[in-house]
Amino acid sequence: MLRLEKRAQPDRRLALASPVLAVLATIVAGGLLFAFLGKNPFIAIGTIFWEPLFGEFAFYYRPQLLVKGAPLILIAIGLSLGFRAGIWNIGAEGQYIMGALFGAGAGLAFYPAESPLIFPLMIVAGAFGGFLWAMIPAILKVRFGTNEILVSLMLVYVAEQFLASMSLGLLKNPEGFGFPGSRNLQQYASAHNAEIIAGTGMHWGVVFAFIAVIFAYALLNRHMLGFHIRLTGEAPRAARFAGVNPPRLILFCLGTSGALAGLAGMFEASGPAGVVSIDFNVGYGFTAIIVAFLGRLHPIGILLAGFLMALTYIGGEIAQSNLGLPAAAIQVFQGMLLFFLLAADLLTNFRIRRAVPEAA
Amino acid sequence: MDLTAISPALLVASLMVAATPLLLAAIGELVVERAGVLNLGVEGMMITGAICGFAISVETGSPYIGLIAAALGGAALSLLFALLTQFALANQVASGLALTLFGLGFSALIGQGYVGLKPPSMGRLSIPGLSDLPFFGRVLFGHDPVLYFGLALTLATWIFLRFTRAGLVLRAVGENHDAAHALGYKVVRIRILAILFGGACAGLGGAYISLVRVPQWTEGMTAGIGWIALALVVFASWKPGGLLLGAYLFGGLTVLQLNLQAAGVAIPVEYLAMSPYLITIVVLVFLSSRRSLTPGSLGRIFHASN
Amino acid sequence: MKLTRRMLMAASAAAIGLATGATAQDKTKVGFVYVGPVGDGGWTYEHDQGRLAVEEEFGDAVETVYVESVPEGPDAERVMTQMALQGADLIFTTSFGYMDQTINVAAKFPDVKFEHATGYKRADNVSTYSARFYEGRAIQGHIAGNMTESNIIGYIGSYPIPEVIRGINSAYIHAKKVNPDVEFKIIWAYTWFDPAKEADAAKALIEQGADVILQHTDSTAPQAAAQEAGNVITFGQASDMSEYAPMPRVSSIIDNWAPYYVARTKAVIDGTWESVDTWDGISTGMVGIGEITDAVPAEVKAEALAMKEAIAAGEYHPFTGPLKKQDGSDWLAEGEVADDGTLLGMNFFVEGLTGEIPQ
Repeated sequence: MLRLEKRAQPDRRLALASPVLAVLATIVAGGLLFAFLGKNPFIAIGTIFWEPLFGEFAFYYRPQLLVKGAPLILIAIGLSLGFRAGIWNIGAEGQYIMGALFGAGAGLAFYPAESPLIFPLMIVAGAFGGFLWAMIPAILKVRFGTNEILVSLMLVYVAEQFLASMSLGLLKNPEGFGFPGSRNLQQYASAHNAEIIAGTGMHWGVVFAFIAVIFAYALLNRHMLGFHIRLTGEAPRAARFAGVNPPRLILFCLGTSGALAGLAGMFEASGPAGVVSIDFNVGYGFTAIIVAFLGRLHPIGILLAGFLMALTYIGGEIAQSNLGLPAAAIQVFQGMLLFFLLAADLLTNFRIRRAVPEAA
Repeated sequence: MDLTAISPALLVASLMVAATPLLLAAIGELVVERAGVLNLGVEGMMITGAICGFAISVETGSPYIGLIAAALGGAALSLLFALLTQFALANQVASGLALTLFGLGFSALIGQGYVGLKPPSMGRLSIPGLSDLPFFGRVLFGHDPVLYFGLALTLATWIFLRFTRAGLVLRAVGENHDAAHALGYKVVRIRILAILFGGACAGLGGAYISLVRVPQWTEGMTAGIGWIALALVVFASWKPGGLLLGAYLFGGLTVLQLNLQAAGVAIPVEYLAMSPYLITIVVLVFLSSRRSLTPGSLGRIFHASN
Repeated sequence: MKLTRRMLMAASAAAIGLATGATAQDKTKVGFVYVGPVGDGGWTYEHDQGRLAVEEEFGDAVETVYVESVPEGPDAERVMTQMALQGADLIFTTSFGYMDQTINVAAKFPDVKFEHATGYKRADNVSTYSARFYEGRAIQGHIAGNMTESNIIGYIGSYPIPEVIRGINSAYIHAKKVNPDVEFKIIWAYTWFDPAKEADAAKALIEQGADVILQHTDSTAPQAAAQEAGNVITFGQASDMSEYAPMPRVSSIIDNWAPYYVARTKAVIDGTWESVDTWDGISTGMVGIGEITDAVPAEVKAEALAMKEAIAAGEYHPFTGPLKKQDGSDWLAEGEVADDGTLLGMNFFVEGLTGEIPQ
């Protein structure tokens, strides 16, 4: 008989090794899947992981990793703070939508006036939109003890309907022949979140994502509040004795994650996407939850996980067009990656022992 | 505007059909959550059930074998979730999301050969005499067998949770797994059984969409019904009776909305579509102020050495 | 800093030149960007049929690639760029929401030809193409107006956009011509594709007395609902949906992109490709009318086919005056034909339709 024994401290070496193991296991299982679909598994795996980084056109894909990874990282960093403290915001998708609507709305309100103040104002509005949306579950939790997982999830669907209403109504491009969707912010200089250096993929959202990583790292390691977050997650009772104020912590964690998700939405709407339309949200808010866990809730881990996730998306697209792999196969591949990663967690937190028969 | 065009009997009959996949998926999730486990993968299990049911009934020509296959398919996927959360002690939120991602992709892969086919028809119940009664005939006695199964399952779940010893144990596990463990109950085993039941029910709900309500197979055809089922469980405050009411209310809102539009009433569709979620939040707040209807251990990881 | 930037761009230009240079000698590579899965049985499915027709026509002379379920946004731009980098000579982007991305990518790859479906922005290397589905709707309206006994026709719209409104108007005008008592009940589903909702919408319409269901959403769910109800007729949308013939499906509007895709690919191979704005209908076969089944009386079928011929020959335009708008104001005078600009931005109902277009 095998028995699980909880480690007093998560094993640090295994904590570093287990994501690598999970990726390797996914490569093996994914290779089998691709082989089953009649593709050469080595070429398929190579296309997904190698091509975007070191292939012939890596000069284009590398910047794209930043573009695709940045919103994931920005959102996941915010979520990880709450997750560490046992506060579960799974409604980042809704906060992302609200941030985009507030941000784009603030910019379009001034159309066609040009001013250097418009973009900063949009940043503030975007963050505020996400913050506001996250404050709903936060205040309900603090005031009534309502479960934040469920409330934040419900609000995603409310936000999606709100987005549909806005893109068919208030924000609809008056010159767009009646099609649902806003004006293109890429063509409105003051509101355009352009690349800071052309061709590098580096837009303001990427800058904010890096800042968020550093901020979160400093907070968790150097600051009292970060200590309280970690303590609340690891030993809630001890946290009370240490003087943690739970309501304030809830408001802080949900508010921060909401604001960061809102920022991500705003940067996406004003930059790479350009417009808010009915189908503006593509699941970054949910994928970011995966990224947060993939990065083991650690800021540096999330940074790497965000890029890994972006890599599977971009590599997956290349595999689709070069090898004719169906999109569904890529989805299954990503699902497997997550399964293996979650399963590998076991190794870090527990020790597997052979059970000694009790009577002996 | 012509509201007389809306026939109450037909409206009720259609909302019962619209509510059935919701009810089936939600009753499974209710049992899972009552056992203290939050499985956010309902959508993934539903779509897996939808394709398993569709494929098998097309291959065998029997919708009933298809339904059984759907339940098995949903349960098989939920077994993955059970392994992750009960043995590997992984986070339930992340595992559930992974399940949905995987299920959507997996079903699309299997379903590639089944686009554009028509499944064998299930047929409706028809009791001579009863089915011809005015109003009640159509509402009560003119449906497909699965719809009645859903109602029976809801009733059975209510009886199970309320009056049986096994139901009591399941609730105890969900309320406080440490105490239940101390009393000698097999927390992990009970939870795995609950998760499998949840998977089977979600699979059935999915197959109801692909075999009866639509009936056809297309990628992503559950279109978010699994997520509504999650909301429904909360709305029902984890009670089978509330679930039935909620399923008819949620299903009814969609059907009523479409009927009002057809009758020429100008309604703000988006705001009506968000209302079930807003109502659920209000119910949640109301519940939490009355305390302790939420299973105490919901979503928490259990390990015997804790 | 400037130096490295220029070098980077030079490097990329070289790489692009290399890529296109290499393929020019052998196969012509054609890329397709799809908004849905190829298994959706509707919009994307028909575009993929067009792609297969291109492969069939040219055999080894072409290579086609596609990426499915590409969200409208930066992902689409990346997929297009990737195809262009990997040597595509011609790229079809098959959703309205890809419009700005197509223009952006096309500006970076002047040697690659782009074809954007249903949009209105063009460039030297960007063509647009769309189909005059309203021509097919006119024939549908004619059959529907003749066939309905309850005089109630149900219409499932997706979103209140010009494309859909055009179809409703065209169907209504021609149904009304043959049946002055006809009434349209319209449901906006707010989705292109949600089988369960489409089924519910069809049921709601049938329950309110509709015995003809027209749909502008892509799944066969309404067909199945009509079949179950009996005595209700439907028309296939996007695909032929012939598995529901002869009843309830009595005819269909088929998006047939194959002739256009073949012709444009040929133009690239021959080096005669030019940027054009194509809005074709029945005449070129871009809008196909599926077989009219025997459930339709012979004389109605003959009239419908005659209308099809007249439209194909350019003798008849479905929007020919006298026509008034819903509010009673004049739109087209006797004999006047609607101009394409008005049709493209159509945001009003014609006289006689009840209900408002949601804003």
